[in-house]
Amino acid sequence: MMLEKRAAASAWAMLLAPIGALVFTLLVSALLVLWAGAPVGRTYSLLAQGAFGSVFAISETLTRAIPLMLTGLAATVAFKARLFNIGAEGQLYAGALAAVAVGGLHGGSGFDLPLPLLFVLMMLAAAAAGALLLLGPALLKVRLGVDEVVTTLLLNFIVLLLVSLMLDGPMKDPTAMGWPQSVALVGELELSKLIPQTRVHSGLLWACALAIGLWALLKYTVLGFDIRAVGANPRAAVFAGVPVTRTVVLVALLSGALAGLAGAIEVAGRTSYVTLDMSPGYGYSGIVIAMLAALHPLGVIAASVFVAGVLVGADSMSRAIGVPTYIADVIVAASLLAVLVATLLTQYRVRWK
Amino acid sequence: MSDFIEILSNQSFWVAVLRIATPLILGTLGVLLCERAGVLNLGIEGIMVAGAFVGWLVVYAGAPLWVGVAAAAGVGAMFGLLHALLTVGLALSQHVSGLGVTLLATSLSYFGYRVSFPKVTTPPTITPFAAMDWIALPVLAQQTALTLLALLLVPALAYLLYRTPLGLAVRMVGENPQAAEGQGVSVAATRTLAIVAGSALMGVAGSFLTLSAFNAFFFNMVNGRGWICVALVVFASWRPGKALLGALLFAFFDALQLRLQQSGDGALPYQIYLMLPYVLSIVALVVVARKATYPQALMKPYRKGER
Repeated sequence: MMLEKRAAASAWAMLLAPIGALVFTLLVSALLVLWAGAPVGRTYSLLAQGAFGSVFAISETLTRAIPLMLTGLAATVAFKARLFNIGAEGQLYAGALAAVAVGGLHGGSGFDLPLPLLFVLMMLAAAAAGALLLLGPALLKVRLGVDEVVTTLLLNFIVLLLVSLMLDGPMKDPTAMGWPQSVALVGELELSKLIPQTRVHSGLLWACALAIGLWALLKYTVLGFDIRAVGANPRAAVFAGVPVTRTVVLVALLSGALAGLAGAIEVAGRTSYVTLDMSPGYGYSGIVIAMLAALHPLGVIAASVFVAGVLVGADSMSRAIGVPTYIADVIVAASLLAVLVATLLTQYRVRWK
Repeated sequence: MSDFIEILSNQSFWVAVLRIATPLILGTLGVLLCERAGVLNLGIEGIMVAGAFVGWLVVYAGAPLWVGVAAAAGVGAMFGLLHALLTVGLALSQHVSGLGVTLLATSLSYFGYRVSFPKVTTPPTITPFAAMDWIALPVLAQQTALTLLALLLVPALAYLLYRTPLGLAVRMVGENPQAAEGQGVSVAATRTLAIVAGSALMGVAGSFLTLSAFNAFFFNMVNGRGWICVALVVFASWRPGKALLGALLFAFFDALQLRLQQSGDGALPYQIYLMLPYVLSIVALVVVARKATYPQALMKPYRKGER
């Protein structure tokens, strides 16, 4: 088996690649549905309805898409510069803790600040917490050559234990009847709802704005050029005079900040306090979303809505027909691998010999 | 301090160390084999879940324990083949493919468990491996045969890597695939073989959890052990002997924190103890970083004829 670079990707291939990936994913998951003993067509239609079939379904999907969009952006900017940040999960929790520390612990009175200022401080604290958490692994990478994959992965476990510690002690909600949850944010700091009587909140606009901002940064600024250069070929970037170390550190701060904001926006928009299960792996899903979007910030918007739709739709389908919700993760994983292969095949031709 | 000596002089402590170390030894050897051939395998976390589930399921269905272990190795090899197809055949990003394999293997296992046991509240159990009473060594006698297998695999893998032509080929394709190809070694075949074999070991590592350490399958039972193995390989400088040492060291601290948690007077929150092994893993990585000698072609996809 050999790969041969195509001179130019044909329009046909570009069109067929995503369709082929989708068909493959649907076929794989159809096998699982059959295994679970459910009718395939009805399962898929229930899943689609649960994700996009009503205003309520769409609002739930969009609510779920918000943290995914932000962790997807965090992974996008990091992977663009070949900084493999697998720690968005921990950075998200760090951001959530920081947000509650600023916006909840003091009942708003400890700082005695006007609300708009407190809100800005809360978001900045969350971004800083996420950024600092990734700064360590990034510095270890550029200074000592320690692989950032392993350090960021291990930090996820440490941060989750830290969250558990805080929820048991300093940040425990005394009124929660023993449930491990933090004190709540001051009500006025919470994000407003976009559609009345649903959970979708203005964090969606923030996330979309950040996606557009990141796209502009990558496309039009010097830093964006440096990031793309480091990602394309670090050695060539050095020769071209790109400050590689500085770029990687800045990328780490940016990526960590985005993941930290994901945590703060989840708290301010949806949960209003921190729990140990507030993120069912949003940090890890962010990587999948970034890859599905081919590391394009605007593609992240679409990819996160797709993944959120699969997750929300599977929940609702599972309640109706009993196929386990884990099928959502299988669909996401299969689509990731299928899209990767399909994208490659638009650029390369496989020669069997 | 007297606490310390009391814990260390207790035989059951060392039994626990070896038990905690066993899946780490197997998993670390698996990662080591893949990385020696130049391929990072972040699929380990999911492959361990799949090995734990399939091994347990096969035994639950009535097969002998060793058939369960073989099934776990088989399912590991299958996911390894998928990873090899993606990273060697198609030269895709090893990070992303590995994470994809982890996500796929984990979600397939959880899905399979839920389909097979839709409404159980207490997990169904099997009879796990028995202790090896026939061995006259004190701590080893309380372990199961899988621990012995793990310990024997260390010298076996070292022999394979350093004393056989196949091992030389594996190391060559991990250091300099162009040169290996020039010597008539098939990079694709060698890397694929190493990934499949390494992933089979990861599957067995997972099966230890359900067939020896516990007697049932739980969600989240692997709980980051796979990632620890990836760290241990760096710590071990890609050498089987040091991998054993690293796994034992990690297990030592893990067992120690468990004991300290129990004997502690509550002065420190228990989470601090639980953090200890992860923190030490990072510290260990930093300490060895300066002299770490990565396989030169690690994480570099090889496309024949392309530089």
